[in-house]
Amino acid sequence: MQKSSLLSIATIVACAAPTLLAQTYGVGRPASADEVAAWDVTIGPEGRELPTGSGTAKDGAQVYEVRCKECHGDQGVGGDHAALVGNPEQLKQTPPLKTVGSYWPYATTLFDYTRRAMPFEEPGTLSADQVYAVTAYILHLNGLVSEDDVLDRESLPRVVMPNREGFVRDPR
Amino acid sequence: MKSRDATRRSFLGTGALAGAAWTACSSPEAEAPAEPDQPSSLGTPVRRYGQRSPYEKAARGVRESQTPEAASSRTPLDQTYGIITPSALHFERHHAGVPEIDPATHKLLVHGLVDRPMAFSVDDIKRLPSVSRVHFVECSGNSGGEWSPAGAPTVALSHGLASCSEWTGVPLRILLEEAGIQPEARWVLAEGADACLMQRSATLEKALEEGIVAYGQNGEAIRPEQGYPLRLILPGWEGNTNVKWLRRIKLTAGPQYVKDETSKYTELMEDGTAWIFTFEMDAKSVITAPSGGHGVDGPGFLEISGLAWSGRGKITQAEVSTDAGQTWAEAELQTPVYSKAFTRFRLPWEWDGSETVLLSRCRDETGYLQPGRAELIEQRGRKSAYHCNRIKGWRIAADGSVTSAEV
Ligand code: HEC
Repeated sequence: MQKSSLLSIATIVACAAPTLLAQTYGVGRPASADEVAAWDVTIGPEGRELPTGSGTAKDGAQVYEVRCKECHGDQGVGGDHAALVGNPEQLKQTPPLKTVGSYWPYATTLFDYTRRAMPFEEPGTLSADQVYAVTAYILHLNGLVSEDDVLDRESLPRVVMPNREGFVRDPR
Repeated sequence: MKSRDATRRSFLGTGALAGAAWTACSSPEAEAPAEPDQPSSLGTPVRRYGQRSPYEKAARGVRESQTPEAASSRTPLDQTYGIITPSALHFERHHAGVPEIDPATHKLLVHGLVDRPMAFSVDDIKRLPSVSRVHFVECSGNSGGEWSPAGAPTVALSHGLASCSEWTGVPLRILLEEAGIQPEARWVLAEGADACLMQRSATLEKALEEGIVAYGQNGEAIRPEQGYPLRLILPGWEGNTNVKWLRRIKLTAGPQYVKDETSKYTELMEDGTAWIFTFEMDAKSVITAPSGGHGVDGPGFLEISGLAWSGRGKITQAEVSTDAGQTWAEAELQTPVYSKAFTRFRLPWEWDGSETVLLSRCRDETGYLQPGRAELIEQRGRKSAYHCNRIKGWRIAADGSVTSAEV
């Protein structure tokens, strides 16, 4: 406990934060590297956290057919739930149509969300390869990658989404 | 839909019954047995966990959904008093259902740009210095129907995705400092333990200034629907950032652009750009009594009452118009007024029985005045789906029926 208090004071002094000296209470326990790794699933826009694995739109078509189509429709449109295909022109119509293709700024978000939240009733059950593949398929339906492009931790963050520059910080 | 009709029927039914009882009692020839002056039998004994009177039926409004686990239920604001929403009536918005979590095994992980990644049990968190604060939580999609001129017919439908509780917990700052904040950290990512692992990014500044990791709600443990055993409270920020079933906080240099801060909860402008990280809920007010669906029983005295709140601080003024906006009267604010909390306002009124429209508007401590619909559209266009805080009107017809006033 004493060691951690000292460390924390050192940090505060080092960064000269305009705060009171941080007090530590010595409550809680250090988390192991393994337990952090097991839960640290969020994929940021640079994709640094992406897992190993890969997939193409061709592989993804099968995953989509079995695990997604019943809700999101044939080819990503016309289902009972969110359309997954569109283009930025559709943001201009009334009401606007916000989809992966028309609205989402980062392809990494599609991987992140699909891996932890879809299919809706069985979230977290797709392997990394399946998530890369179905992500590739949805991006392919949006005309953003070709059928045989291999998506993996290197290539996925390089996919530039059409609405990449469409977001501005809240000016209110 | 079905349940709403049923509610209306039962309301009318109660009214009719009450009317009949009144006639019976006031008639001298009534043969109904007189109410005894004193109960002749004992009441129920003490019990371990209280329940409301069987005569009280207030309930959350739930719409049929194909995916009731990714849906919402609305607080019947017309049937709550004062500023605290009963926990059982606090609105819900879930994206993957309500998980059942054993507090004995739940843990909160704090990691990322910290000196020492830490894991806290619920008991650990309860050992630490605590605070209690009264704050509203409002879904940023609340009042989405008010973008239209007609608006929703009842206050539950128009404003029921907002509720207010006293939250008790540990300032998030304490937990972050236990882990040691590294100087490059600027944002936090919060994650829930629900099936979709709900995630949102928030600024480190907000987390340090006001964030609370709450375990208490209105004097007892947080309800499962509200995040049991731990919920992040970011006072005044859109409901979705107040991550329920909190299990992980990661300190990062930048935001993560997760689905619920890009695809959802962003504001599309007319020019095709979208505002992102629209965290603060702007000042809003609504009259809860009288309000849509509740009839006014004839001319005479009637207290007008409503709620006002702002994600930017305290409400400083609530005004009511009883003549469709030609004149405004200052309503009395219930004290104490808490920052980023429901504030009850009240105005005594004498209804002369002629058709009119009641409106309310509020101002917060930044000086911001709640806008009308035209003004809001001027600022934000017509493509926004969230953050609608326009003035709401209730039309009282000569027969006493109350409906949403078109603007
Ligand atoms: C049982 C129905 C169902 C199935 C099957 C399903 N989804 Fe979904 N999906 C939903 C629902 C419901 C939502 C909205 C969830 C919410 O409220 O947050 C959604 C949302 C999404 C979104 C976000 C859309 C947007 O624009 O915000 C994506 C992307 C998505 N699903 C991808 C998939 C993929 C990929 C699969 C197959 C691996 C899949 N879904 C399978 C029901 C389903």
